[in-house]
Amino acid sequence: MKRNPWTLYTVLAFGYAFLYVPVLLLIIYSFNESRLVTVWGGFSTKWYGELLQNRQLLDAAWLSVRIAAVNATFAVLLGTLAANALVRHGRFRGRTGFSLLLTAPLVMPDVIIGLSLLLLFVTLQQVIGWPDGRGFTTITIAHITFSMAYVAVVVNTRLGQMDRSLEEAAMDLGARPLTVYLQITLPLIAPALVSGWLLAFTLSLDDLVIASFVSGPGSTTLPMVVYSSVRMGVSPQINALATLIVLFVTLAVIIAGLAMRGRREG
Amino acid sequence: MASSRIQQRPPEASGRPSRAARLSHWLNVGVPYFWLLVFFLLPFVIVLQISLAEPMLGQPPYTALWEWAGDAMVQVRLNLANYLLVLEDDLYLAAFLNSLWIALVCTLLCLLIGYPMAYAIATAPERWRMPLLMLIVLPFWTSFLIRVYAWIGILKPNGLLNNYLMALGLIDEPLVILHTQLAIYIGIVYSYLPFMILPLYANLARMDHTLLEAAADLGCRPAQAFLRVTLPLSMPGIIAGSMLVFIPAVGEFVIPDLLGGPQSLMVGRMLWTEFFNNKDWPLASALAIVLLLLLVIPFVAMQRWQQRIEGQRT
Repeated sequence: MKRNPWTLYTVLAFGYAFLYVPVLLLIIYSFNESRLVTVWGGFSTKWYGELLQNRQLLDAAWLSVRIAAVNATFAVLLGTLAANALVRHGRFRGRTGFSLLLTAPLVMPDVIIGLSLLLLFVTLQQVIGWPDGRGFTTITIAHITFSMAYVAVVVNTRLGQMDRSLEEAAMDLGARPLTVYLQITLPLIAPALVSGWLLAFTLSLDDLVIASFVSGPGSTTLPMVVYSSVRMGVSPQINALATLIVLFVTLAVIIAGLAMRGRREG
Repeated sequence: MASSRIQQRPPEASGRPSRAARLSHWLNVGVPYFWLLVFFLLPFVIVLQISLAEPMLGQPPYTALWEWAGDAMVQVRLNLANYLLVLEDDLYLAAFLNSLWIALVCTLLCLLIGYPMAYAIATAPERWRMPLLMLIVLPFWTSFLIRVYAWIGILKPNGLLNNYLMALGLIDEPLVILHTQLAIYIGIVYSYLPFMILPLYANLARMDHTLLEAAADLGCRPAQAFLRVTLPLSMPGIIAGSMLVFIPAVGEFVIPDLLGGPQSLMVGRMLWTEFFNNKDWPLASALAIVLLLLLVIPFVAMQRWQQRIEGQRT
Protein backbone atom coordinates (compact mmCIF):
# COMPACT_ATOMS: atom_id res chain seq x y z
CA MET A 1 0.00 0.00 0.00
CA LYS A 2 1.11 3.52 -0.63
CA ARG A 3 0.02 4.79 2.74
CA ASN A 4 2.58 3.62 5.22
CA PRO A 5 5.11 1.29 3.65
CA TRP A 6 7.88 1.93 6.16
CA THR A 7 6.26 0.16 9.10
CA LEU A 8 5.50 -2.79 6.84
CA TYR A 9 9.02 -2.95 5.47
CA THR A 10 10.42 -2.78 9.00
CA VAL A 11 8.23 -5.73 9.96
CA LEU A 12 9.48 -7.59 6.87
CA ALA A 13 13.11 -6.84 7.72
CA PHE A 14 12.70 -8.13 11.27
CA GLY A 15 10.79 -11.16 10.03
CA TYR A 16 13.50 -12.13 7.56
CA ALA A 17 16.19 -11.48 10.17
CA PHE A 18 14.35 -13.86 12.51
CA LEU A 19 14.25 -16.51 9.78
CA TYR A 20 17.82 -16.12 8.59
CA VAL A 21 20.08 -15.01 11.45
CA PRO A 22 20.11 -18.44 13.17
CA VAL A 23 21.09 -20.15 9.92
CA LEU A 24 23.75 -17.52 9.17
CA LEU A 25 25.27 -17.93 12.65
CA LEU A 26 25.33 -21.68 12.10
CA ILE A 27 27.27 -21.20 8.87
CA ILE A 28 29.70 -18.66 10.35
CA TYR A 29 30.54 -20.89 13.30
CA SER A 30 31.13 -23.90 11.06
CA PHE A 31 34.43 -22.17 10.15
CA ASN A 32 35.36 -21.77 13.80
CA GLU A 33 38.68 -23.22 14.92
CA SER A 34 37.46 -23.76 18.50
CA ARG A 35 35.56 -26.86 19.53
CA LEU A 36 33.36 -24.62 21.69
CA VAL A 37 30.85 -23.74 19.02
CA THR A 38 29.98 -20.36 20.51
CA VAL A 39 33.45 -18.96 21.14
CA TRP A 40 35.33 -17.69 18.10
CA GLY A 41 38.81 -19.20 17.91
CA GLY A 42 39.91 -18.22 14.41
CA PHE A 43 39.06 -19.36 10.89
CA SER A 44 39.40 -23.01 10.06
CA THR A 45 37.90 -25.60 7.75
CA LYS A 46 39.01 -28.55 9.86
CA TRP A 47 35.43 -29.56 10.79
CA TYR A 48 34.68 -30.13 7.11
CA GLY A 49 37.68 -32.43 6.97
CA GLU A 50 36.47 -34.33 10.02
CA LEU A 51 32.99 -34.50 8.57
CA LEU A 52 34.32 -36.19 5.44
CA GLN A 53 36.16 -38.72 7.63
CA ASN A 54 33.04 -39.60 9.62
CA ARG A 55 32.16 -43.02 8.17
CA GLN A 56 28.97 -43.46 10.20
CA LEU A 57 27.62 -40.11 9.09
CA LEU A 58 28.54 -40.66 5.44
CA ASP A 59 26.91 -44.09 5.36
CA ALA A 60 23.76 -42.63 6.90
CA ALA A 61 23.77 -39.78 4.38
CA TRP A 62 24.07 -42.23 1.48
CA LEU A 63 21.17 -44.32 2.82
CA SER A 64 19.07 -41.17 3.28
CA VAL A 65 19.77 -39.96 -0.25
CA ARG A 66 18.78 -43.32 -1.75
CA ILE A 67 15.57 -43.44 0.29
CA ALA A 68 14.80 -39.82 -0.62
CA ALA A 69 15.25 -40.45 -4.36
CA VAL A 70 13.06 -43.58 -4.46
CA ASN A 71 10.50 -41.86 -2.23
CA ALA A 72 10.38 -38.74 -4.39
CA THR A 73 9.85 -40.74 -7.58
CA PHE A 74 6.96 -42.78 -6.19
CA ALA A 75 5.49 -39.75 -4.41
CA VAL A 76 5.39 -37.79 -7.67
CA LEU A 77 3.69 -40.72 -9.38
CA LEU A 78 1.04 -41.24 -6.72
CA GLY A 79 0.63 -37.55 -5.92
CA THR A 80 0.06 -36.70 -9.59
CA LEU A 81 -2.52 -39.45 -9.94
CA ALA A 82 -4.27 -38.16 -6.83
CA ALA A 83 -4.24 -34.58 -8.13
CA ASN A 84 -5.67 -35.82 -11.46
CA ALA A 85 -8.42 -37.54 -9.52
CA LEU A 86 -9.32 -34.40 -7.60
CA VAL A 87 -9.15 -31.95 -10.51
CA ARG A 88 -10.29 -34.13 -13.42
CA HIS A 89 -12.71 -36.65 -12.04
CA GLY A 90 -15.24 -34.24 -10.59
CA ARG A 91 -17.54 -35.62 -7.95
CA PHE A 92 -16.71 -39.32 -7.89
CA ARG A 93 -18.00 -41.58 -5.14
CA GLY A 94 -15.91 -41.33 -2.00
CA ARG A 95 -14.40 -38.02 -3.01
CA THR A 96 -14.80 -36.47 0.44
CA GLY A 97 -13.04 -39.40 2.09
CA PHE A 98 -10.36 -39.30 -0.58
CA SER A 99 -9.56 -35.62 -0.06
CA LEU A 100 -9.65 -36.07 3.73
CA LEU A 101 -7.12 -38.92 3.49
CA LEU A 102 -4.98 -36.83 1.18
CA THR A 103 -4.98 -33.73 3.42
CA ALA A 104 -4.53 -35.45 6.76
CA PRO A 105 -0.84 -36.43 6.27
CA LEU A 106 -0.01 -32.73 5.80
CA VAL A 107 -0.93 -31.86 9.38
CA MET A 108 -0.80 -35.20 11.20
CA PRO A 109 1.87 -35.14 13.92
CA ASP A 110 4.89 -37.26 12.99
CA VAL A 111 4.73 -39.34 16.15
CA ILE A 112 1.27 -40.60 15.20
CA ILE A 113 2.23 -41.45 11.61
CA GLY A 114 5.43 -43.14 12.77
CA LEU A 115 3.83 -45.22 15.51
CA SER A 116 0.85 -46.26 13.40
CA LEU A 117 2.98 -47.32 10.43
CA LEU A 118 5.33 -49.29 12.65
CA LEU A 119 2.40 -51.17 14.19
CA LEU A 120 1.06 -51.82 10.69
CA PHE A 121 4.38 -53.26 9.54
CA VAL A 122 4.68 -55.43 12.66
CA THR A 123 1.14 -56.75 12.20
CA LEU A 124 1.63 -57.37 8.47
CA GLN A 125 4.81 -59.28 9.18
CA GLN A 126 2.93 -61.49 11.67
CA VAL A 127 0.01 -62.10 9.34
CA ILE A 128 1.48 -62.32 5.82
CA GLY A 129 5.21 -62.41 6.51
CA TRP A 130 5.87 -59.13 4.69
CA PRO A 131 7.78 -56.85 5.22
CA ASP A 132 10.54 -59.10 6.42
CA GLY A 133 12.19 -56.90 9.01
CA ARG A 134 12.40 -53.14 8.84
CA GLY A 135 14.75 -50.85 6.98
CA PHE A 136 15.01 -49.31 3.54
CA THR A 137 11.61 -50.55 2.31
CA THR A 138 9.58 -49.63 5.36
CA ILE A 139 11.15 -46.16 5.69
CA THR A 140 10.54 -45.52 1.99
CA ILE A 141 6.89 -46.62 2.18
CA ALA A 142 6.36 -44.39 5.22
CA HIS A 143 7.92 -41.42 3.45
CA ILE A 144 5.91 -41.94 0.26
CA THR A 145 2.71 -41.88 2.30
CA PHE A 146 3.20 -38.34 3.57
CA SER A 147 5.24 -36.99 0.62
CA MET A 148 2.54 -37.86 -1.91
CA ALA A 149 0.15 -35.54 -0.07
CA TYR A 150 2.54 -32.62 -0.54
CA VAL A 151 3.10 -33.48 -4.21
CA ALA A 152 -0.67 -33.66 -4.70
CA VAL A 153 -1.04 -30.11 -3.34
CA VAL A 154 1.66 -28.76 -5.69
CA VAL A 155 0.32 -30.56 -8.79
CA ASN A 156 -3.28 -29.78 -7.84
CA THR A 157 -2.53 -26.04 -7.82
CA ARG A 158 -0.82 -26.25 -11.19
CA LEU A 159 -3.61 -28.30 -12.79
CA GLY A 160 -6.16 -25.85 -11.44
CA GLN A 161 -4.37 -22.83 -12.93
CA MET A 162 -3.77 -24.50 -16.27
CA ASP A 163 -5.40 -23.26 -19.45
CA ARG A 164 -7.62 -26.10 -20.66
CA SER A 165 -8.08 -24.77 -24.19
CA LEU A 166 -5.00 -26.58 -25.58
CA GLU A 167 -6.28 -29.91 -24.32
CA GLU A 168 -9.73 -29.23 -25.66
CA ALA A 169 -8.30 -28.28 -29.05
CA ALA A 170 -6.38 -31.55 -29.21
CA MET A 171 -9.52 -33.46 -28.19
CA ASP A 172 -11.51 -31.72 -30.89
CA LEU A 173 -8.86 -32.71 -33.41
CA GLY A 174 -9.46 -36.32 -32.41
CA ALA A 175 -6.52 -37.05 -30.11
CA ARG A 176 -7.18 -39.79 -27.58
CA PRO A 177 -7.32 -38.83 -23.89
CA LEU A 178 -4.08 -40.64 -23.08
CA THR A 179 -2.26 -38.95 -25.97
CA VAL A 180 -3.60 -35.58 -24.86
CA TYR A 181 -2.44 -36.23 -21.31
CA LEU A 182 1.05 -37.38 -22.29
CA GLN A 183 1.68 -34.81 -25.03
CA ILE A 184 -0.03 -31.72 -23.69
CA THR A 185 -0.94 -31.96 -20.02
CA LEU A 186 2.31 -33.50 -18.74
CA PRO A 187 4.63 -30.95 -20.39
CA LEU A 188 2.43 -28.15 -19.05
CA ILE A 189 2.57 -29.42 -15.47
CA ALA A 190 6.24 -30.45 -15.67
CA PRO A 191 7.47 -27.56 -13.48
CA ALA A 192 5.08 -28.69 -10.75
CA LEU A 193 6.35 -32.26 -11.11
CA VAL A 194 9.95 -31.05 -10.73
CA SER A 195 9.21 -28.96 -7.65
CA GLY A 196 7.06 -31.78 -6.27
CA TRP A 197 9.94 -34.21 -6.69
CA LEU A 198 12.39 -31.85 -5.00
CA LEU A 199 9.94 -31.19 -2.17
CA ALA A 200 9.39 -34.91 -1.60
CA PHE A 201 13.15 -35.47 -1.70
CA THR A 202 13.84 -32.82 0.97
CA LEU A 203 10.94 -33.94 3.17
CA SER A 204 12.34 -37.45 3.19
CA LEU A 205 15.91 -36.30 3.79
CA ASP A 206 14.66 -34.25 6.72
CA ASP A 207 12.50 -36.74 8.55
CA LEU A 208 13.68 -37.92 11.95
CA VAL A 209 10.59 -39.01 13.84
CA ILE A 210 8.84 -41.29 11.35
CA ALA A 211 12.10 -42.92 10.24
CA SER A 212 13.04 -43.60 13.89
CA PHE A 213 9.83 -45.58 14.36
CA VAL A 214 9.93 -47.64 11.17
CA SER A 215 13.67 -48.22 10.80
CA GLY A 216 15.36 -51.38 11.91
CA PRO A 217 18.83 -52.30 13.10
CA GLY A 218 21.42 -51.37 10.50
CA SER A 219 19.30 -48.74 8.79
CA THR A 220 20.26 -45.46 10.41
CA THR A 221 19.33 -42.40 8.37
CA LEU A 222 21.16 -39.07 8.39
CA PRO A 223 18.68 -37.23 10.67
CA MET A 224 18.97 -40.08 13.17
CA VAL A 225 22.77 -39.66 13.31
CA VAL A 226 22.43 -35.87 13.54
CA TYR A 227 19.85 -36.20 16.29
CA SER A 228 21.93 -38.49 18.46
CA SER A 229 24.98 -36.26 18.06
CA VAL A 230 22.93 -33.09 18.78
CA ARG A 231 21.53 -34.66 21.95
CA MET A 232 25.11 -34.97 23.19
CA GLY A 233 25.48 -31.21 22.81
CA VAL A 234 26.50 -28.83 20.05
CA SER A 235 29.13 -30.15 17.67
CA PRO A 236 31.07 -28.18 15.06
CA GLN A 237 30.75 -31.09 12.62
CA ILE A 238 26.98 -30.63 12.60
CA ASN A 239 27.54 -26.95 11.79
CA ALA A 240 29.67 -27.97 8.83
CA LEU A 241 27.00 -30.43 7.69
CA ALA A 242 24.32 -27.73 8.04
CA THR A 243 26.39 -25.37 5.89
CA LEU A 244 26.72 -28.00 3.16
CA ILE A 245 22.97 -28.68 3.24
CA VAL A 246 22.11 -24.97 3.06
CA LEU A 247 24.54 -24.52 0.16
CA PHE A 248 23.11 -27.52 -1.68
CA VAL A 249 19.50 -26.47 -1.16
CA THR A 250 20.13 -22.85 -2.17
CA LEU A 251 21.83 -23.99 -5.38
CA ALA A 252 19.03 -26.45 -6.13
CA VAL A 253 16.35 -23.82 -5.59
CA ILE A 254 18.21 -21.28 -7.76
CA ILE A 255 18.71 -23.82 -10.55
CA ALA A 256 15.07 -24.94 -10.37
CA GLY A 257 13.96 -21.30 -10.43
CA LEU A 258 16.14 -20.51 -13.46
CA ALA A 259 14.98 -23.67 -15.26
CA MET A 260 11.35 -22.70 -14.74
CA ARG A 261 11.94 -19.14 -15.87
CA GLY A 262 13.74 -20.43 -18.98
CA ARG A 263 10.76 -22.66 -19.75
CA ARG A 264 8.31 -19.84 -19.40
CA GLU A 265 10.25 -17.50 -21.66
CA GLY A 266 11.32 -20.10 -24.20
CA MET B 1 -16.67 -26.67 -14.36
CA ALA B 2 -14.33 -27.34 -17.23
CA SER B 3 -13.42 -30.81 -16.00
CA SER B 4 -16.88 -32.22 -16.54
CA ARG B 5 -17.01 -31.01 -20.11
CA ILE B 6 -14.61 -33.58 -21.48
CA GLN B 7 -16.20 -36.46 -19.67
CA GLN B 8 -19.70 -35.58 -20.75
CA ARG B 9 -18.76 -35.62 -24.41
CA PRO B 10 -20.80 -38.39 -26.05
CA PRO B 11 -18.72 -41.50 -26.79
CA GLU B 12 -17.66 -41.34 -30.41
CA ALA B 13 -17.06 -44.90 -31.46
CA SER B 14 -17.91 -48.38 -30.19
CA GLY B 15 -17.73 -47.62 -26.44
CA ARG B 16 -13.94 -47.30 -26.41
CA PRO B 17 -13.84 -43.84 -24.77
CA SER B 18 -15.91 -45.07 -21.87
CA ARG B 19 -13.49 -47.93 -21.30
CA ALA B 20 -10.62 -45.47 -21.38
CA ALA B 21 -12.52 -43.27 -18.95
CA ARG B 22 -13.05 -46.20 -16.63
CA LEU B 23 -9.40 -47.15 -16.83
CA SER B 24 -8.39 -43.55 -16.15
CA HIS B 25 -10.75 -43.42 -13.16
CA TRP B 26 -9.38 -46.69 -11.82
CA LEU B 27 -5.81 -45.44 -12.20
CA ASN B 28 -6.19 -41.87 -10.95
CA VAL B 29 -8.63 -42.50 -8.12
CA GLY B 30 -8.07 -46.15 -7.33
CA VAL B 31 -4.31 -46.39 -7.01
CA PRO B 32 -3.69 -43.44 -4.63
CA TYR B 33 -6.88 -44.25 -2.72
CA PHE B 34 -5.73 -47.82 -2.21
CA TRP B 35 -2.30 -46.64 -1.04
CA LEU B 36 -3.80 -44.21 1.48
CA LEU B 37 -6.28 -46.77 2.77
CA VAL B 38 -3.57 -49.38 3.36
CA PHE B 39 -0.75 -47.14 4.62
CA PHE B 40 -2.65 -44.31 6.27
CA LEU B 41 -6.10 -45.42 7.43
CA LEU B 42 -5.51 -49.09 8.21
CA PRO B 43 -2.61 -48.25 10.59
CA PHE B 44 -5.00 -46.25 12.78
CA VAL B 45 -7.26 -49.29 13.10
CA ILE B 46 -4.26 -51.29 14.25
CA VAL B 47 -3.20 -48.56 16.71
CA LEU B 48 -6.72 -48.63 18.16
CA GLN B 49 -6.54 -52.40 18.45
CA ILE B 50 -3.15 -52.40 20.17
CA SER B 51 -4.18 -49.60 22.53
CA LEU B 52 -6.64 -52.15 23.94
CA ALA B 53 -3.96 -54.80 24.46
CA GLU B 54 -1.75 -55.40 27.47
CA PRO B 55 1.99 -54.87 27.38
CA MET B 56 4.15 -57.96 27.83
CA LEU B 57 7.70 -59.02 27.34
CA GLY B 58 8.17 -60.53 23.94
CA GLN B 59 8.15 -59.87 20.25
CA PRO B 60 5.86 -58.00 19.59
CA PRO B 61 5.54 -56.64 23.14
CA TYR B 62 1.75 -56.80 23.54
CA THR B 63 -0.90 -59.45 24.07
CA ALA B 64 -3.27 -60.67 21.38
CA LEU B 65 -6.81 -59.30 21.58
CA TRP B 66 -8.57 -62.55 20.77
CA GLU B 67 -7.83 -66.23 20.75
CA TRP B 68 -9.67 -69.43 19.89
CA ALA B 69 -11.08 -70.99 23.02
CA GLY B 70 -12.26 -74.16 21.29
CA ASP B 71 -15.89 -75.10 20.54
CA ALA B 72 -16.22 -72.28 17.99
CA MET B 73 -15.68 -69.74 20.74
CA VAL B 74 -13.53 -66.64 20.36
CA GLN B 75 -12.24 -65.19 23.55
CA VAL B 76 -11.78 -61.41 23.34
CA ARG B 77 -9.87 -59.49 25.96
CA LEU B 78 -10.11 -55.73 25.78
CA ASN B 79 -7.88 -53.88 28.18
CA LEU B 80 -9.12 -50.40 29.01
CA ALA B 81 -6.43 -49.75 31.60
CA ASN B 82 -4.32 -47.70 29.18
CA TYR B 83 -7.14 -45.25 28.56
CA LEU B 84 -8.01 -45.06 32.25
CA LEU B 85 -4.38 -44.29 33.00
CA VAL B 86 -4.19 -41.60 30.31
CA LEU B 87 -7.42 -39.99 31.49
CA GLU B 88 -6.83 -40.26 35.23
CA ASP B 89 -3.12 -39.70 35.67
CA ASP B 90 -2.41 -36.01 36.24
CA LEU B 91 0.88 -36.27 34.36
CA TYR B 92 -0.79 -37.21 31.07
CA LEU B 93 -3.59 -34.71 31.54
CA ALA B 94 -1.00 -31.99 32.18
CA ALA B 95 0.91 -33.05 29.06
CA PHE B 96 -2.22 -32.81 26.91
CA LEU B 97 -3.23 -29.44 28.33
CA ASN B 98 0.28 -28.07 28.04
CA SER B 99 0.58 -29.26 24.41
CA LEU B 100 -2.69 -27.56 23.50
CA TRP B 101 -1.61 -24.39 25.33
CA ILE B 102 1.82 -24.28 23.66
CA ALA B 103 0.27 -24.88 20.23
CA LEU B 104 -2.29 -22.13 20.85
CA VAL B 105 0.29 -19.57 22.00
CA CYS B 106 2.57 -20.40 19.06
CA THR B 107 -0.31 -20.17 16.57
CA LEU B 108 -1.20 -16.70 17.86
CA LEU B 109 2.45 -15.60 17.77
CA CYS B 110 2.83 -16.92 14.21
CA LEU B 111 -0.31 -15.03 13.23
CA LEU B 112 0.94 -11.86 14.88
CA ILE B 113 4.30 -12.03 13.07
CA GLY B 114 3.10 -13.72 9.89
CA TYR B 115 0.11 -11.52 9.06
CA PRO B 116 2.05 -8.24 8.68
CA MET B 117 4.75 -10.10 6.73
CA ALA B 118 2.26 -11.71 4.36
CA TYR B 119 0.50 -8.37 3.99
CA ALA B 120 3.77 -6.57 3.23
CA ILE B 121 4.71 -9.17 0.60
CA ALA B 122 1.26 -9.13 -0.99
CA THR B 123 1.31 -5.34 -1.29
CA ALA B 124 4.97 -5.04 -2.35
CA PRO B 125 5.75 -4.05 -5.95
CA GLU B 126 4.93 -6.89 -8.32
CA ARG B 127 8.53 -7.76 -9.23
CA TRP B 128 9.57 -8.10 -5.58
CA ARG B 129 6.86 -10.56 -4.61
CA MET B 130 8.33 -13.76 -6.03
CA PRO B 131 11.83 -13.22 -4.55
CA LEU B 132 10.34 -12.24 -1.18
CA LEU B 133 8.17 -15.35 -1.22
CA MET B 134 11.13 -17.53 -2.20
CA LEU B 135 12.96 -16.20 0.86
CA ILE B 136 10.06 -17.37 3.03
CA VAL B 137 10.11 -20.84 1.48
CA LEU B 138 13.88 -21.32 1.42
CA PRO B 139 14.36 -22.07 5.16
CA PHE B 140 11.59 -24.65 4.83
CA TRP B 141 13.77 -26.56 2.36
CA THR B 142 16.77 -26.69 4.67
CA SER B 143 16.80 -29.29 7.38
CA PHE B 144 14.24 -28.78 10.12
CA LEU B 145 16.39 -30.62 12.65
CA ILE B 146 19.36 -28.38 11.90
CA ARG B 147 17.30 -25.20 12.18
CA VAL B 148 16.17 -26.31 15.63
CA TYR B 149 19.77 -27.17 16.46
CA ALA B 150 20.83 -23.64 15.53
CA TRP B 151 18.77 -22.31 18.44
CA ILE B 152 20.65 -24.46 20.96
CA GLY B 153 23.85 -22.57 20.13
CA ILE B 154 22.03 -19.25 20.41
CA LEU B 155 20.03 -19.83 23.59
CA LYS B 156 22.53 -21.82 25.73
CA PRO B 157 23.69 -20.22 29.00
CA ASN B 158 27.11 -19.58 27.38
CA GLY B 159 25.52 -19.25 23.94
CA LEU B 160 25.61 -16.46 21.39
CA LEU B 161 22.66 -14.47 22.73
CA ASN B 162 23.97 -14.41 26.29
CA ASN B 163 27.53 -13.63 25.18
CA TYR B 164 26.24 -10.77 23.09
CA LEU B 165 24.00 -9.31 25.79
CA MET B 166 26.78 -9.58 28.39
CA ALA B 167 29.30 -7.97 26.06
CA LEU B 168 26.88 -5.08 25.66
CA GLY B 169 26.58 -4.90 29.44
CA LEU B 170 22.82 -5.34 29.35
CA ILE B 171 22.88 -8.33 31.68
CA ASP B 172 25.35 -9.49 34.32
CA GLU B 173 24.60 -13.16 34.37
CA PRO B 174 23.34 -15.42 31.59
CA LEU B 175 19.61 -15.68 31.00
CA VAL B 176 18.26 -19.19 31.33
CA ILE B 177 16.27 -19.73 28.14
CA LEU B 178 17.35 -23.10 26.81
CA HIS B 179 15.42 -26.00 28.36
CA THR B 180 12.48 -23.81 29.31
CA GLN B 181 9.03 -23.41 27.83
CA LEU B 182 10.13 -20.10 26.29
CA ALA B 183 12.67 -21.96 24.15
CA ILE B 184 9.86 -24.24 22.91
CA TYR B 185 7.80 -21.20 21.91
CA ILE B 186 10.75 -19.72 20.03
CA GLY B 187 11.52 -23.02 18.30
CA ILE B 188 7.95 -23.70 17.18
CA VAL B 189 7.27 -20.14 15.99
CA TYR B 190 10.56 -20.16 14.08
CA SER B 191 9.93 -23.52 12.41
CA TYR B 192 6.24 -23.08 11.60
CA LEU B 193 6.20 -19.41 10.53
CA PRO B 194 6.38 -20.21 6.77
CA PHE B 195 3.27 -22.43 7.12
CA MET B 196 1.38 -19.39 8.41
CA ILE B 197 2.71 -16.91 5.87
CA LEU B 198 2.10 -18.95 2.69
CA PRO B 199 -1.69 -19.42 2.93
CA LEU B 200 -2.08 -15.86 4.21
CA TYR B 201 -0.09 -14.54 1.27
CA ALA B 202 -2.11 -16.65 -1.21
CA ASN B 203 -5.28 -15.17 0.24
CA LEU B 204 -4.12 -11.54 0.51
CA ALA B 205 -2.60 -11.50 -2.98
CA ARG B 206 -5.97 -12.46 -4.49
CA MET B 207 -7.85 -9.76 -2.65
CA ASP B 208 -9.84 -7.24 -4.67
CA HIS B 209 -8.27 -3.86 -3.88
CA THR B 210 -11.12 -1.90 -5.43
CA LEU B 211 -13.08 -2.78 -2.28
CA LEU B 212 -10.57 -0.83 -0.19
CA GLU B 213 -10.74 2.10 -2.61
CA ALA B 214 -14.52 2.02 -2.40
CA ALA B 215 -14.29 2.06 1.40
CA ALA B 216 -11.90 5.02 1.24
CA ASP B 217 -14.18 6.86 -1.19
CA LEU B 218 -17.04 6.40 1.23
CA GLY B 219 -14.99 8.07 3.95
CA CYS B 220 -13.67 5.01 5.75
CA ARG B 221 -10.33 5.59 7.47
CA PRO B 222 -7.49 3.14 6.67
CA ALA B 223 -7.50 1.43 10.06
CA GLN B 224 -11.26 1.01 9.90
CA ALA B 225 -11.07 -0.25 6.31
CA PHE B 226 -8.53 -2.83 7.40
CA LEU B 227 -10.72 -4.07 10.25
CA ARG B 228 -13.95 -4.08 8.24
CA VAL B 229 -12.78 -5.15 4.78
CA THR B 230 -9.31 -6.70 4.70
CA LEU B 231 -9.47 -8.72 7.91
CA PRO B 232 -12.84 -10.41 7.27
CA LEU B 233 -11.84 -11.17 3.67
CA SER B 234 -8.59 -12.77 4.79
CA MET B 235 -10.35 -15.09 7.25
CA PRO B 236 -9.88 -18.20 5.04
CA GLY B 237 -6.13 -17.56 4.97
CA ILE B 238 -6.06 -17.03 8.74
CA ILE B 239 -7.94 -20.28 9.37
CA ALA B 240 -5.80 -22.31 6.96
CA GLY B 241 -2.52 -20.93 8.30
CA SER B 242 -3.57 -21.36 11.92
CA MET B 243 -4.52 -25.01 11.40
CA LEU B 244 -1.28 -25.75 9.55
CA VAL B 245 0.57 -24.45 12.62
CA PHE B 246 -1.72 -25.60 15.43
CA ILE B 247 -2.36 -29.24 14.50
CA PRO B 248 1.23 -30.42 13.99
CA ALA B 249 2.48 -28.24 16.86
CA VAL B 250 0.28 -30.10 19.37
CA GLY B 251 2.09 -33.35 18.59
CA GLU B 252 5.55 -31.84 18.13
CA PHE B 253 8.43 -34.01 19.37
CA VAL B 254 11.77 -32.67 18.15
CA ILE B 255 11.41 -29.10 19.44
CA PRO B 256 10.33 -29.90 23.03
CA ASP B 257 12.92 -32.66 23.14
CA LEU B 258 15.88 -30.53 22.05
CA LEU B 259 14.89 -27.09 23.36
CA GLY B 260 12.47 -27.83 26.20
CA GLY B 261 13.32 -28.84 29.72
CA PRO B 262 12.26 -31.85 31.77
CA GLN B 263 9.36 -29.87 33.25
CA SER B 264 7.84 -28.81 29.91
CA LEU B 265 5.60 -31.76 29.19
CA MET B 266 4.31 -32.32 25.69
CA VAL B 267 2.31 -35.31 24.57
CA GLY B 268 4.44 -36.07 21.50
CA ARG B 269 7.47 -36.44 23.71
CA MET B 270 5.61 -38.63 26.23
CA LEU B 271 4.46 -40.90 23.41
CA TRP B 272 8.06 -41.20 22.25
CA THR B 273 9.28 -41.99 25.78
CA GLU B 274 6.59 -44.61 26.38
CA PHE B 275 7.45 -46.26 23.09
CA PHE B 276 11.24 -46.11 22.93
CA ASN B 277 12.30 -45.94 26.58
CA ASN B 278 9.55 -47.81 28.44
CA LYS B 279 8.72 -50.15 25.52
CA ASP B 280 5.05 -49.83 26.44
CA TRP B 281 3.48 -50.04 22.97
CA PRO B 282 -0.15 -50.27 24.15
CA LEU B 283 0.15 -47.15 26.29
CA ALA B 284 1.86 -45.26 23.46
CA SER B 285 -1.00 -46.36 21.19
CA ALA B 286 -3.60 -45.13 23.66
CA LEU B 287 -1.83 -41.75 23.80
CA ALA B 288 -1.84 -41.64 19.99
CA ILE B 289 -5.58 -42.40 19.84
CA VAL B 290 -6.45 -39.70 22.39
CA LEU B 291 -4.24 -37.19 20.57
CA LEU B 292 -5.85 -38.17 17.27
CA LEU B 293 -9.34 -37.64 18.69
CA LEU B 294 -8.32 -34.21 19.98
CA LEU B 295 -6.93 -33.21 16.57
CA VAL B 296 -9.89 -34.51 14.57
CA ILE B 297 -12.00 -31.56 15.73
CA PRO B 298 -9.80 -28.74 14.35
CA PHE B 299 -9.00 -30.86 11.28
CA VAL B 300 -12.63 -31.40 10.30
CA ALA B 301 -13.35 -27.73 11.00
CA MET B 302 -10.51 -26.80 8.61
CA GLN B 303 -11.85 -29.13 5.90
CA ARG B 304 -15.36 -27.68 6.25
CA TRP B 305 -13.95 -24.18 5.79
CA GLN B 306 -11.96 -25.20 2.75
CA GLN B 307 -14.98 -26.84 1.13
CA ARG B 308 -17.11 -23.79 1.80
CA ILE B 309 -14.52 -21.58 0.13
CA GLU B 310 -14.27 -23.92 -2.86
CA GLY B 311 -18.05 -23.94 -3.04
CA GLN B 312 -18.12 -20.15 -3.09
CA ARG B 313 -15.51 -19.96 -5.81
CA THR B 314 -17.29 -22.19 -8.31
